[in-house]
Amino acid sequence: MTESETIARWVTPGARVLDLGCGNGALLKQLWQTRQAPGYGVEIDDAKVLECIRNDVNVLQMDLEDGLSAFQDGSFDFVILSETLQAIHRQEPLLRDMLRVGREAIVSFPNFGFWKARIQITFAGHMPVSKELPFQWYDTPNVHHCTLVDFEALCAKLNLRILERLVLDGGNPVNFLPNLLGSLAVYRVENKERGK
Amino acid sequence: MIVEARKAKFSEPLKLTGGAVLPEFEIAYETYGKLNAARSNAVLVCHALNASHHVAGTYAGEPDNVGWWDNMVGPGKPLDTDRFFVIGNNYIGSCFGSTGPTSTNPATGRPWGADFPVVTVEDWVAAQSRLADCLGIARFAAVMGGSLGAMQALQWALSFPQRVRHSIVIAATPRLSTQNIAFNEVARQAIMTDPDFHGGHYYDKGVVPRRGLRIARMIGHITYLSDDAMMEKFGRVLRRAAPGFDFDVDFEIESYLRHQGDKFSTYFDANTYLRITKALDYYDPAADYGGDLSAAFARAQADFLVVSFTSDWRFSSARSREIVKALLDNKRVLSYLEIDAPQGHDAFLLDDARYFGALRAYFGNIAL
Repeated sequence: MTESETIARWVTPGARVLDLGCGNGALLKQLWQTRQAPGYGVEIDDAKVLECIRNDVNVLQMDLEDGLSAFQDGSFDFVILSETLQAIHRQEPLLRDMLRVGREAIVSFPNFGFWKARIQITFAGHMPVSKELPFQWYDTPNVHHCTLVDFEALCAKLNLRILERLVLDGGNPVNFLPNLLGSLAVYRVENKERGK
Repeated sequence: MIVEARKAKFSEPLKLTGGAVLPEFEIAYETYGKLNAARSNAVLVCHALNASHHVAGTYAGEPDNVGWWDNMVGPGKPLDTDRFFVIGNNYIGSCFGSTGPTSTNPATGRPWGADFPVVTVEDWVAAQSRLADCLGIARFAAVMGGSLGAMQALQWALSFPQRVRHSIVIAATPRLSTQNIAFNEVARQAIMTDPDFHGGHYYDKGVVPRRGLRIARMIGHITYLSDDAMMEKFGRVLRRAAPGFDFDVDFEIESYLRHQGDKFSTYFDANTYLRITKALDYYDPAADYGGDLSAAFARAQADFLVVSFTSDWRFSSARSREIVKALLDNKRVLSYLEIDAPQGHDAFLLDDARYFGALRAYFGNIAL
């Protein structure tokens, strides 16, 4: 089970999708091909934007830090933030904006509570560097790491309901001690007000 | 690529936005590549202020007369003429072969001059649609342009939604800013206050309001370049050994602007300049919708590629993002590129790997 398979399973057929930090557009292409879900990607990197155009994916070259003011309220069924949360400077306004323009948000991030990260900090005494987090602390796009516990606390603070959660390690679902044994977390959330 | 300019004549009158009627008109155009059997590979290229239908290639015996977008259009270029049938056209009111102020007014047998009506972007597109009819093109694979040409690409998607599959809109704005209009007015005043202007009837007098045209062009050039690009290109370099404490050319930039102005005033028509700047000023597709650009784009059916350049202060990226927002509101198929290029507005004419790469990829994905 990969992250993109999970997201493709969650996205309902024909849903309108916005993928923030869409990279080369592979997920959007997959969602179009498997779920007939049309959408847009937002990406800032020139090379990745070019890849999106090659992949025939709608891409908008914009900076997520500027917010989502280009998008109308409720114009998407799903707004996806795949492994990008940790690279954003201000998560709160972005998450709020995601649930302004979308009915549901799908958010994934590398889990900083993963046991390998904990071991590196606790026993080796240095910031974790791993397959999942391959960057040195002084040279990384990531500015705000979090754990499952941290993210769920933020969801509570922002009054978000967690609809689904999948925790993975090496492509396998982790159900036992997920905050310790999972390296990647994928959440599907909505505004609590929305469900009422 | 050796190319040939042609003219198409239209004898059915064209009613213009301003109320006037052109009893007949001609459009100068060139084509590159071959129209396929399905007639599905035609691309219309629209030019900006001072260019023409000569988009690509060279004329026989004139190897130095290279088309203005030759780096973009041609065999193996981003807009590949081995695959697409590309049409360059000169809009009406211009001075490069299509009917304009320098053409003969059929009612008088003399040049139109000041009597040539003010035309709009909508009028250009209406005239171009006659050219498309004449060439047997029911639907363009793409209509493409930069700057004022981009306004035509936008307008095509609004005037003839069924006839455009892709609208490629580069260095555009959905309407001029107050500052843009202000610059245009200075340029027009330079021309109209030139003693050789004679209220636009200067052809009869055997003179040209060259001083006005020079100044208009100098102003234009300042807005085409970014502050950084100008600094980079000319700096404060002097043309002579030391400042002269007089009013001859001291700085390189003065020499450059004078040269551009001189060159322009030898080939461009002043009545045309006045009309084109008015067409720019008037263009505002949202005007009929209470300023709501999203409502204006509700009738568009094309897919869009919008490209802006970060250092363009004439038509800034913020203006392109207004277009993007209006298209998003209408759920159009759309990609938007914001190229971090230093050259300013002129960047749309320059080869940049990211810009050209994206255009090449985009055209590559257009099904024929």
